[in-house]
Amino acid sequence: MTASKDSPDARTARFRRLASVPLDTIGSRSRPLAGAWTSIREIGDQKEMLGLLVRRDLKARYKDSALGFLWSLIRPITQLIIYYVVVGKFLGAARGIPDFAIYIFTGLTAYTLFSEIVASSTASIIGNAGLIKKIYLPREIFPLASVGSASFNFLIQLAILVVAAVVVGSQPLSLDLLYFFPSVMVLLVYATALGLLMSALNVYLRDVQYLIEVALMVLMWASPIVYTWSMVRDILGNGILLNIYTSNPITLSVLGFQQAFWTAGEGTPFPDNLLLRLAVTLVVGVVLLFVSQRVFSRLQGNFAQEL
Amino acid sequence: MNSPLLETSSDAPTPAPVVISAKDVSKRFVVRKDNALKERLVTMGKLGRQHRQEFWALRDIDITIEAGTTVGLIGHNGSGKSTLLKVIGGIIQPTTGTVSRRGRMAALLELGAGFHPDLTGRENVFLNASILGLTRKETEDRFDDILSFSGIGDFIDTQVKFYSSGMYVRLAFSVAVHTEPDVLLVDEVLAVGDEAFQRKCLDKIRSFQEEGRTIILVSHSLGQVTELCDRAILLNRGEIEFDGNAHQAVTAFRNILEERRVEEAAAASPDVVVHEGHVLGATVHAVGKAIGDPVLPGDDLRIVMTFDHDDKLNDWIGALQIDNASGQVVYGTKNSLMDVRLPPLSGPVSLEYIIHNVTFGSGKYFVNASLLDSALRHVHDMPQACTFNVPFYPLATGTVHAEPTLRVLDAAAHQASAV
Repeated sequence: MTASKDSPDARTARFRRLASVPLDTIGSRSRPLAGAWTSIREIGDQKEMLGLLVRRDLKARYKDSALGFLWSLIRPITQLIIYYVVVGKFLGAARGIPDFAIYIFTGLTAYTLFSEIVASSTASIIGNAGLIKKIYLPREIFPLASVGSASFNFLIQLAILVVAAVVVGSQPLSLDLLYFFPSVMVLLVYATALGLLMSALNVYLRDVQYLIEVALMVLMWASPIVYTWSMVRDILGNGILLNIYTSNPITLSVLGFQQAFWTAGEGTPFPDNLLLRLAVTLVVGVVLLFVSQRVFSRLQGNFAQEL
Repeated sequence: MNSPLLETSSDAPTPAPVVISAKDVSKRFVVRKDNALKERLVTMGKLGRQHRQEFWALRDIDITIEAGTTVGLIGHNGSGKSTLLKVIGGIIQPTTGTVSRRGRMAALLELGAGFHPDLTGRENVFLNASILGLTRKETEDRFDDILSFSGIGDFIDTQVKFYSSGMYVRLAFSVAVHTEPDVLLVDEVLAVGDEAFQRKCLDKIRSFQEEGRTIILVSHSLGQVTELCDRAILLNRGEIEFDGNAHQAVTAFRNILEERRVEEAAAASPDVVVHEGHVLGATVHAVGKAIGDPVLPGDDLRIVMTFDHDDKLNDWIGALQIDNASGQVVYGTKNSLMDVRLPPLSGPVSLEYIIHNVTFGSGKYFVNASLLDSALRHVHDMPQACTFNVPFYPLATGTVHAEPTLRVLDAAAHQASAV
């Protein structure tokens, strides 16, 4: 603590320092591009904060549970077993798909990343109402923290997937592994865009979080996770319908993941130009991310009073 | 307690820079009565307008705050003071107008600014300090100070959800003051915490003032405002009613409160039960002046109270009591103390008290009139039957008026003369 006799100096020094700093206007972003840039810079300034929030999310989630982090493994493994036994064995899907367990787990890993980001960031603004009502922070941080904690869980699941693929697969290391990177980028970009938008809308209309639950369920079955893309092609034919089905960014990412990790599926048909499709989808996704960030920053001005 | 403010911003060698400037700030709130999608769809368009209610929480607010000042925001509930604080803090965006600021800002709004209930106190300190702009290293360096100031002790490693509300606020306040803010926003949090901690907070605020930090505080404790602030802004229905000296702002605020009270009392009066005996009313004014004129030190105060009894009361007492605005008794007298026996009360009777040569300190005072029987039982009381004001006196505070003078004594000579 400063001794009181120093305080006039401290006072003068503070006044000098303050006088040299320009007056900042709070929260006025008129032009969209400059506004987006300001937001990105603000978030960049809060990197450490973002890290802490991610850690808080992870820590708080399993805080009082005896098994703790194990739960983030138990869930996907149970899911895997259910799909493997029920869909694979009882319904007989495994017969047409080699290494069915790896196949399912590949799709689930990709899809879980997407669904977890979207679901948790949709709830993130409301979940952090206490902070938002009391302190100014760039609010994008809360959905982004959800992206961070979902990514952490994804990495664990990915590690299991890689180990399993190495154990089961014949040739785990191939150039096809590179499909992983554009696929995961597409998932992250689309999930973040959707999550940002929905987190802001959810503040004004709480129905959004239930809508998202339903939408995520549909999306799961709309992508080739427990069945193959060729089964869809056999039914839809090679026309526009198949094109629409394939253009779903989650479908493309799941297919990309399967190319990378499901080595047993060497001979099974995949859509043409998968890499090009992923690239185009990624570009579109970045534009969507930009748009949803603009909408978010437009809506965030009233968060504190709507919560 | 009442240390004189020797330093004001104008005395500082460096001119104080502006830290906060608000221009034409207005804030409109829209209250909707429907919140679900179904209701919203059903009541869209024209019908939807009926489900919306708009009100202006702030209207055309223009303020500039210089570094080193302590500003109190006062006003009754719903006057917009908390909203203004949130707008300054950047938590709420104004509908129109802009707010600019410089320097590091820390805000203490309501309970425990942003603690996560499932994390321990220690984890929350790091999280909270980071939110307020400290790096991990800086927080580690200050952690011991934060902990000892909060007085949380071993509970620091307990989850925050098990904390009492006092512990919560103590830790939050401790973190906020240790983040070295240039501007500290405080909303009504000092009311929580025990007296020792409140004293500690006030001491901290004092040292903040000496270090040239700016403090903006919302408080319902008018005593605290006059004690701490060198400027106060009085808000009424979202507009600035008064901006300036804290004492004058508090007086203006008390006048508003009094107007409201009279309005409410007038609205409620038809329900008043008529007792057998009752106080009909009272007036107060300085002798030679009209009712409502300010009462100056040295005036004689004339208080006339009217009593009535439906039946007949033989031995009765008409008592008066003068309270200051915080409800403290300043003066009281009655005829029994003055050894005056009154004739039986069987119809309206007025008593005139003259209180000679009053020397009240500045502020608003309330006169309570009471009718007592011979056993000193209160037959009927009329609290705050009438009021008077004593004008602001810049040289002293308190409920007594007296002129101060000051000279500096040579300490050695003083001791010698004392011996």
